[in-house]
Amino acid sequence: MDSDEDFLSTVSSDDDIMLDDSENDDMSNGDEFDDAFDEDPDDEPDLGLQKQKTPVAYDVGYKVYSPGDIQKQQEEMMNEVNMILEMSKEDAAILLRHFRWNKERLIEDFMDNSDKVVEAAGIVTSVANPPQLETLSEFMCDICCDDDEGLQSFAMKCGHRYCVNCYRHYLTQKIREEGEAARIQCPAEGCSRIIDARSLDLLVTPELSDRYQELLNRTYVEDKDTLKWCPAPDCENAVECGIKKKELDKVVPTVACACGYRFCFGCILSDHQPAPCELVKRWLKKCADDSETANWISANTKECPKCNSTIEKNGGCNHMTCRKCKHEFCWMCMGLWSEHGTSWYNCNRFEEKSGTDARDAQAKSRVSLERYLHYYNRYANHEQSARLDKDMYTKTEKKMVQLQSASGMSWIEVQYLNSASQALQTCRQTLKWTYAFAFYLARNNLTEIFEDNQKDLELAVENLSEMFEKPISELADSKLKVDIMDKTSYCNKRRLILLQDTAENLANGMLFDL
Amino acid sequence: MASAKRIAKGIALTYSETNIHVWTITLQGPAGTVYQGGAYTLTLTLPTEYPFKAPSVVFNTRIYHPNVTNDNAGNICLSLLKPENWKPASRIKGVLEAVRQLLVEPQPDDALEARIADEYKNNRAEFDKNAKSYVQRYAKGGADGSK
Repeated sequence: MDSDEDFLSTVSSDDDIMLDDSENDDMSNGDEFDDAFDEDPDDEPDLGLQKQKTPVAYDVGYKVYSPGDIQKQQEEMMNEVNMILEMSKEDAAILLRHFRWNKERLIEDFMDNSDKVVEAAGIVTSVANPPQLETLSEFMCDICCDDDEGLQSFAMKCGHRYCVNCYRHYLTQKIREEGEAARIQCPAEGCSRIIDARSLDLLVTPELSDRYQELLNRTYVEDKDTLKWCPAPDCENAVECGIKKKELDKVVPTVACACGYRFCFGCILSDHQPAPCELVKRWLKKCADDSETANWISANTKECPKCNSTIEKNGGCNHMTCRKCKHEFCWMCMGLWSEHGTSWYNCNRFEEKSGTDARDAQAKSRVSLERYLHYYNRYANHEQSARLDKDMYTKTEKKMVQLQSASGMSWIEVQYLNSASQALQTCRQTLKWTYAFAFYLARNNLTEIFEDNQKDLELAVENLSEMFEKPISELADSKLKVDIMDKTSYCNKRRLILLQDTAENLANGMLFDL
Repeated sequence: MASAKRIAKGIALTYSETNIHVWTITLQGPAGTVYQGGAYTLTLTLPTEYPFKAPSVVFNTRIYHPNVTNDNAGNICLSLLKPENWKPASRIKGVLEAVRQLLVEPQPDDALEARIADEYKNNRAEFDKNAKSYVQRYAKGGADGSK
């Protein structure tokens, strides 16, 4: 069993080490990644082809799109609908947005009953004149009541006419304040006609149009289940991944954006491999709310039977005197102390059922608390270390510069420090989540394998971490460099083995005590 | 304060010359409803962006109603006033008529007070009794009603 495992994981992980290295390069130089996509003229959502040849259990196929790619995709879809259904591109765009970019359903429904579709989407079919501003005599704007001579006004095909100023004001409010773009309706009460792109181009002022375009792009990504924005601050990319919601208990769909940020496609939280989303959600909730504080209180304290003050017994005998109300009672049976009579310091009601029940509950709660704290402390420790690693990353760069001058190595030659730092961060992130994972894991013989993997990775990480903090003078030693490189690749390997193993078990329905 | 101006059936309006953004509305409890005989004061506030942003309306007089918060704030849930439904061409008169209509026909499925909505649906007699007692207690105080 063991040797089988090793054999399997070595084969697959060797490929992945290379893969991981290339990812690291992308982090330091995002342009390469972008270029790779620009060269790819095929923007159809063919998932996961650009990555590994041999799929690994913990990896999902995904693709990163820049804002330009997203724009291009939308235009291609509009062109396609425009050709098939023989309508203007503006109308095609409105229909596509109405159908949340489900092209197949749009075409099907349109063939079925075009009038109904057109009506529901808020467009009128007559291929009349393009939208334009008009100056009518004796026109009074119904919103601002302005009726000046030469007042420019606008109406869509629904005929609700308002002055240009009011129209612009309305659009500004919708676009800037309410973040609406694709589904802005006619300003008339009860009119659900949607203002089409061509009319908007005419009305939207230049300072609004950027925001408008951005919002339109956004609806495209937000409407499609297979697309999600990269949650990293200031990143404008979107990631496409075909993972289904119901698969999330079996797969942890971790994706890496071109900006270098790794996140889970299922829940948009940062990389939480190997723990599945549901487990992560529970764990975070458990840590966030004070249910554990309550647990501690129930494990370590009792309430005064008279005034309900919470009392922690920190030693001494069972004869309790409440500080607050001076009530005297027995800590064991919670009964009145005076009733204990001669059996002082030896509660004779201790074996009563209510007493034992209370004791059992307390013991149980204490055990569960200790168990939680065991896992939480390790989880929090790795989280803390990961945070420190971030500082370290900046220090690494400084170190690399120092090392260059100290040892005469070139920039390329000191990159091993960068890879080591990256490896540390990724591994700690994984380690952190293995503790949440372990907390919920039902105990069986798979648990032992998991814990062994966890131990191995932890050991590898701590070893590397220790070397990494050595002073520059020692780092310049070429023997140490080789050692660090070895340890880095070992860390990465251990991480992949762990991920591979847990992903396989997850897919086979590993048991959790959720 | 200018004299009250009747703008629709059972709805009168006053506003102050010094602040035209805040209007005071007097609403008569519609005949044939549990609110009959009550007089309700409401405050309508026009945002500076009006009419591109919806006004807000609150009850100053306490009212026992599924769609009005049962507190001193008297907030109303009116779909017409939600940003996605508000249109600049919508009329104040329409808003106030919608409020009045809410008294004629409460919307328990879109409630702000779940308990009252539940009572309205499942124990109408009790609801009617409570609503009427609120009218007696709060809505008989003349035009200002905020007793």
